[in-house]
Amino acid sequence: MPYYETVFIARQDLTDKQVQELTDQFSKIITDQSGKIHKVEQWGLRNLAYRIKKNRKGHYVLIETDTPAPAVIEMERQMRLHEDVLRYLTIREKELSKGPSIVVDKGGSRDDDDAGKPPRRETKPRTEEAA
Amino acid sequence: MSADAPTVKRPFFRRKKTCPFTGPNAPAIDWKDARTLGRYISERGKIVPSRITSVSQSKQRELARAIKRARFMGLLHYVRHDNDNAGR
Repeated sequence: MPYYETVFIARQDLTDKQVQELTDQFSKIITDQSGKIHKVEQWGLRNLAYRIKKNRKGHYVLIETDTPAPAVIEMERQMRLHEDVLRYLTIREKELSKGPSIVVDKGGSRDDDDAGKPPRRETKPRTEEAA
Repeated sequence: MSADAPTVKRPFFRRKKTCPFTGPNAPAIDWKDARTLGRYISERGKIVPSRITSVSQSKQRELARAIKRARFMGLLHYVRHDNDNAGR
């Protein structure tokens, strides 16, 4: 069976528990069709580089599997239908990864690599409105 | 006689750069690694040509693919404007 790596982004206002449930729901599709889950990683709530469906942040989840292709197609179909899933991406891999992925490994949320960039001004009130 | 010696004095000597993704302890190109990929995009968000970054041909293709995947998944921006406050 081929190896796949799927990452999906869930809406920002879901709780961690809801994201977990969503992950289980998708994993179940794989296991029901005799696929194997190799690894599941929660990257947590991260800033998106640009807004996706009005969301500035999203919960990232990575699922690495060894599964027949129809199971992946079904999982992707479910993701497409699900309103809480902003994006998903499945990539076929030559081999399964060893250890945690680079995102978890470095332990950095996207907030720290914004350090060198101009500061966000979301919270600051507009000067025109204040005047 | 010493035409092929490495110490030939040339007026504009430039050290030959090597591909940063080739070699024994080179990092693997991974679309999830936004920090590494970020070094190969311009301030505006364009992919930097390999003649500047000296990434090899095959690695540049791999890199471009990784950057495009990272963009799609919201890890990198497609374009960034000057007046943009971190993603719009």
